[in-house]
Amino acid sequence: MKWLRSHLVGMFAVLALVYLFIPISVIIVLSFNKPAGKFNIRWNEFSLDGWTNICGVPGVCESFLTSIQIGLISALAATVLGTLIAFALVRYRFRGRSTTNLLIFLPMATPEVVMGASLLALFLNLQFPLGQTTVIIAHIMFIISFVVVTVKARLQGMDPRLEEAARDLYASPGQTFRYVTFPLVLPGILGAALLGFALSFDDFIISFFNAGTLVTFPIYIWGAAQRGIPVQVNALATIVFISALAIVLFVQIRGQMKRKSLTAAPANPATIDVLPRS
Amino acid sequence: MVVGVAAKGGTSIAPGAQRRSRTGYFLLLPGMAWLGIFFAIPIATLFMTSLQAPVEGASGQYAPAFQVSNYADAIIEYWPQFLRSFLYAGIATLLALVIAYPLAYFIAVKAGRWRTLMLVLVIAPSFASFLLRTYAWRTILADESPVTTFLNALHVLPDDRILNTSIAVIAGLTYNFLPFMVLPLYAALERLDPRLIEASNDLYANPITTFRKVTWPLSLPGVVAGTLLTFIPAAGDYINAELLGSTQDRMIGNAIQTNFIDFRDYPIASALSFMLMAAILVLVFAYIRRAGTEDLV
Repeated sequence: MKWLRSHLVGMFAVLALVYLFIPISVIIVLSFNKPAGKFNIRWNEFSLDGWTNICGVPGVCESFLTSIQIGLISALAATVLGTLIAFALVRYRFRGRSTTNLLIFLPMATPEVVMGASLLALFLNLQFPLGQTTVIIAHIMFIISFVVVTVKARLQGMDPRLEEAARDLYASPGQTFRYVTFPLVLPGILGAALLGFALSFDDFIISFFNAGTLVTFPIYIWGAAQRGIPVQVNALATIVFISALAIVLFVQIRGQMKRKSLTAAPANPATIDVLPRS
Repeated sequence: MVVGVAAKGGTSIAPGAQRRSRTGYFLLLPGMAWLGIFFAIPIATLFMTSLQAPVEGASGQYAPAFQVSNYADAIIEYWPQFLRSFLYAGIATLLALVIAYPLAYFIAVKAGRWRTLMLVLVIAPSFASFLLRTYAWRTILADESPVTTFLNALHVLPDDRILNTSIAVIAGLTYNFLPFMVLPLYAALERLDPRLIEASNDLYANPITTFRKVTWPLSLPGVVAGTLLTFIPAAGDYINAELLGSTQDRMIGNAIQTNFIDFRDYPIASALSFMLMAAILVLVFAYIRRAGTEDLV
């Protein structure tokens, strides 16, 4: 009884994690299914069709590549724009700070459906043709705020003494930035870029409003949901899931190993660039 | 990475480190221009569109006007969807809080060397497509599925089924936005000084009193951030209602989408969007003010 009580929270936590993974396991298991009807929602028979013939259904791989392309362009642009804003917010004094903060906060507090609808209203009023350009414009817009918040947190968590030390050692402002500030902030920027790509790649609502006839991967799934989602979609989603998980685990484990080597040899300047924040 | 969203608020920086020069404005300009043109101006356009009136004789075309009645029409026709959105999102947020709190507490306080792995596991489901994850609940909650059969044996389901009822929609919303609840809660609980809990125990407080008087109040910023990050997307969501609910469970997002894209009734759709945004912003600011954590913004 006492054991039960002291492990209650732990057991609950494990159950919650299991709960989070139930739908994921359904997606993965059904990627090996041979559906009985057109809807791939019930287990029928083992088959590798979804994996061996992954582009077998017209439109699936095209939409997948479209989403990757949009994700790369949007994440790159939003990361540049957002990082510049984060630097300005933390390092410079300027007028209109509260307006700036509000304009960054609002997109995160606005439901996607409102952002999608309002952009569509703008494009319709301007009679701007819908397609890949409008989707990229929309994605950059809603990703910027997330980049700003992520990079800002990293910048604020940085030890100011490191830059002071660089200046004391007669580094020019340019050198200080290049050899001290930028390498320290880089993990935050890369994290923001990855987050931006993930947000763009998986976005449905904003894309759907502004895509016109363009089909992204989520839009393909949405359309297929009415007539039956092909197993290939489950296989592709499984690939995305496993690769993303691998990337995150790799980054985390590498970070922890470097952290360990840092505590072992604090004087080694080569490891300074991975100084743990927090 | 997402942890930072809620954890870091305000601008804490050594005063001397900030420079005043034109460079700051140049750094801000491109990004803020983007947000101005593609976020602020569209919202203004949305407001203007919501007041437009149909052009006589040309269906699907609207001209600038000041037709406030669009709002009345939108409310009269869609108030049930509005109500449902806030109700479903509210219930889902509470459920997510109940599920997320012990999980976040365990990761922050007790997980030790498993902490990083558990955090990765919390965000990992987001790497699988949102739509597919939601669709997977159709399999889990299907009429002959173990979950439904079990609950039916207990006779707790009002309609003897889950799929295509409001229960499925709320379950989907709870599931989909759970990580947004866990991460800010974790960030708040992680900063909790364990000595405060020890002190409370030393002073003969039982675990419940310690939780009520120490842990919970100190985790409030995380609770506020988490509930907002869950409630806002849940209230605007229409994917769960569309994929898991019946036509009786449609939310305001469904109404906005069908009016904009299928009916092409732009003024009504814009009026609905604008009201949704206004309602959420009023709620958010009232809530933040009451919770006393204004540095969140």
